[in-house]
Amino acid sequence: MQPEVFFRRRRLQSLLFLFILGALTYGSILITQFDVTQGLMAIPRAFSWAIDNFIPDERAWTRLPRILEKLQETVLMAVASSTVASVFGLILALLGANTTRPHPWFSLPARAIASVFRNIDVSVWALILLFSFGQSGFTGFFALFFVTLGFITRVMIETIDEVSTESVEALRATGAGYTAIISQSVIPSCLPQLISWVLYMIETNIRSATLVGILTGTGIGFLFDLYFKSFSYGSASLVVLLTVVVVLFIEMVSNYVRRVIL
Amino acid sequence: MALLEVDSVSKRYSSETLALDTVTFSVQPGEFVAIIGPSGAGKSTLLRCINRLIDITSGDIRFDGISVPQLRGGALRRHRTQIGMIFQHYNLVNRLSVIENVLHGRLGYKNTLQGILGLYSDQEKRDAVHILETLGLSEQMYKRCDQLSGGQKQRVGIARALVQKPKMLLCDEPIASLDPSSAKVIMDTLREINRTMGITVLVNLHQVDVALHYAERIIGVNRGRIIYDGPSHALSNAQIYQIYGSEAGELILDLKERYAA
Repeated sequence: MQPEVFFRRRRLQSLLFLFILGALTYGSILITQFDVTQGLMAIPRAFSWAIDNFIPDERAWTRLPRILEKLQETVLMAVASSTVASVFGLILALLGANTTRPHPWFSLPARAIASVFRNIDVSVWALILLFSFGQSGFTGFFALFFVTLGFITRVMIETIDEVSTESVEALRATGAGYTAIISQSVIPSCLPQLISWVLYMIETNIRSATLVGILTGTGIGFLFDLYFKSFSYGSASLVVLLTVVVVLFIEMVSNYVRRVIL
Repeated sequence: MALLEVDSVSKRYSSETLALDTVTFSVQPGEFVAIIGPSGAGKSTLLRCINRLIDITSGDIRFDGISVPQLRGGALRRHRTQIGMIFQHYNLVNRLSVIENVLHGRLGYKNTLQGILGLYSDQEKRDAVHILETLGLSEQMYKRCDQLSGGQKQRVGIARALVQKPKMLLCDEPIASLDPSSAKVIMDTLREINRTMGITVLVNLHQVDVALHYAERIIGVNRGRIIYDGPSHALSNAQIYQIYGSEAGELILDLKERYAA
């Protein structure tokens, strides 16, 4: 094939792709009767409305102590559920990993449990658990707990098989018992990754806790929902801003810890 | 009495492949034996059957008079403490210090609680330090293992095996990942251990010339069968060719001639 022919064909392919994309966009606009110009015109108005309404007003600042108290409650809840779930996740991962499973039969159930817990979204867990625990802190705690358990189990199974297979073989060869192998070889090898993932889950869970709070009526999510629905947009935005600040702060701390341990 | 007796041992991984096919040999105390053969011949499987990292399909292995295939629980652990093992990739816990890795060799003698907490006696610590000094690692004692060179890591592996006070060392390709000068240090160390401490050494090797140079006795393995078992000086070029089968070219025979010269 001549180079000219090759590049002409390439250009035709690109043009065809652009044409299909354009046709799809235009078709969707026609079917939904979406007015593009009006939509674009609305953007500046939307911004000015947001600026007028979402700047924390004086009433919002008087609510600061209440917001901070709920925020603290939410952060601590996220930390507690992440750490407790990580302990159980590590145990499940030790049962599931090829290197450390006590018997091949343990592997599939452990991976299956992790998969189910992980693949049901945290909001779905919150709504399901709402029936069992009602509108209490437990609902949010367990929703975050289950998702974290699934996630930590999954990543730790991979980490264990990746970083400790060889040293586990060596310790088995010395005659070391199962628990000694876990505590002297697997845990020291995997600890940095474990800590790193737990910190990641704490960050994620603080974000999720806000959503879970909206759904279950607890913590900072409840306050946001309350202010938002009572048209106190200024207070609602103060909640959002403070949450963002806390999440950024936690991220900074955990990035620092990661740099030190990894 | 033989220290190790391997009696028509077979190992089948799946219905198709026979990794070991009625392998029989015995090793006297104090021998230095090299097992050679092409990749996938079953050398690693053979070593791992001796300390039961792999279970055999049929046959019997007796170590120091005790039948190995039936061992369970505490008896199996006691059997493993008698045999040190050295690996191609050293198999250390890289994030721990040299001395901690060496003391791992004592875990076979510990009960559950001592093992979990890593409680070692003062005598064990002194032994570990002494072994590290003998191996020229006193400078590295408190360094993390991921800061060491390959040759140093392998010496830590040897120290971990020696602190077990074993009767025998199993070495699985101990120099396959090392440069020639580190490889020489490791092989010299193994020979020294064999001669001065009287520990029996069974070593898998890829390099025929190294095997001929260090071992008194060669066991040649191909496709799970022993092709040659005898003194290294009696191993002929034709037999080396047979061990390596069609994979052997002029190169291996050249090495043999160079070594003989």
